[in-house]
Amino acid sequence: MPSVEDFVARIEGACGAEKDVIVVFKFDKKEEALANIFKRAQLKRSIAGIIHEMTFKDHTFRVYSSGKAIFRSIKNKEELNELLSELLLPDENGVCSFRARSFR
Amino acid sequence: MEHHSNIVPWEITAKINRFTVKYASVNRDGTLDYEDLESKITSKTKLVSLSHVSNVSGVINDVKRVAKAAHEQGALMLVDGAQSVPHMPVDVRDLDADFLAFSGHKMLGPTGIGVLYAKRHLLVEMNPFQGGGEMIKEVAYAGAKERCYVSLNEPPWKFEAGTPNICGAIALNEAINYLQRIGMDQVQAHECYLTNYAIKHIQELSKVTLHGTTDTALKCGIIPFSVQGLSSHDVALFCDNYGIMIRSGFHCAQPLHQVFNLTSSARASFYIYNTREEIDRFKEVLKETEQL
Repeated sequence: MPSVEDFVARIEGACGAEKDVIVVFKFDKKEEALANIFKRAQLKRSIAGIIHEMTFKDHTFRVYSSGKAIFRSIKNKEELNELLSELLLPDENGVCSFRARSFR
Repeated sequence: MEHHSNIVPWEITAKINRFTVKYASVNRDGTLDYEDLESKITSKTKLVSLSHVSNVSGVINDVKRVAKAAHEQGALMLVDGAQSVPHMPVDVRDLDADFLAFSGHKMLGPTGIGVLYAKRHLLVEMNPFQGGGEMIKEVAYAGAKERCYVSLNEPPWKFEAGTPNICGAIALNEAINYLQRIGMDQVQAHECYLTNYAIKHIQELSKVTLHGTTDTALKCGIIPFSVQGLSSHDVALFCDNYGIMIRSGFHCAQPLHQVFNLTSSARASFYIYNTREEIDRFKEVLKETEQL
């Protein structure tokens, strides 16, 4: 059963008062991760083919072609985990149902 | 204007040893308010600890002046040279620094090793902060009294308990030799040239704001900036796509960002391996961020 950890190399609480969260996708899974995100989230705008501003439910976030994403206004790890699960993993009507494991 | 590494240890120690840490003000342009600092140095002051060069703004502090003020009040002077020793000639005797610390990883050396210089008479007076092998002359067991008598080694060995970071020391020594062969005057001149060049060109960008003084007589090697409408992390990740590495966030100096009234900043910094052409490229990439 796939999990968020299959896609995510690490999650960094970005330094600064903004409390941004930077998600770094695994190098060998980043294409798949970005493809899944593009399938599920709505592209608001794309800049220079590098930065992609996306919306998903109530969240706005930026995905970078280099395989990173910045999420803002995330309350806690659980919320981020849930969001990543919905963005990265097959939905319950798809190939399999899931419950994402907690990440570091 | 201090790095957290020159704040946190003092605050921790202050709680244990019950002393007060006082902070000097910083002007809006990121330069040190010398009058405020000097007014806070009194006969009660034990130690003045100051960065030689700010790791956020690149501002060079007149530590010689501050050391004089400290010594006049009977205080010791500790200089954080992490941002100066790798980038400019530093003479501890000329500065009259009682202590000066710097780190290997900021000067082409390895992580996990640094240097703390101290005047010899202070090293002789001070007690070791940890115990172990190599830092003793003798450990003699007095059977009758059922205890061991320890006599300490001479400095610097007195402070080097246990097996040292041998590989790190050899590698740092090579890094120092390498920089000395180039010449620290040359290193500084190259960085100042690049800083001047970068400031001049980045200032042409309408949505980029440079923080702190842009007077390169007062600073060197570092340019903190923001791009209107973007977080520092956006800017850093955008530059990353072009192979340009900059730092984003607080740079381990949150209080200075409070002075600048910033939630974070992006920071470009230069060293001996950077070129004018790279700054041209950096400017082009920054120009693109203005369209984001």
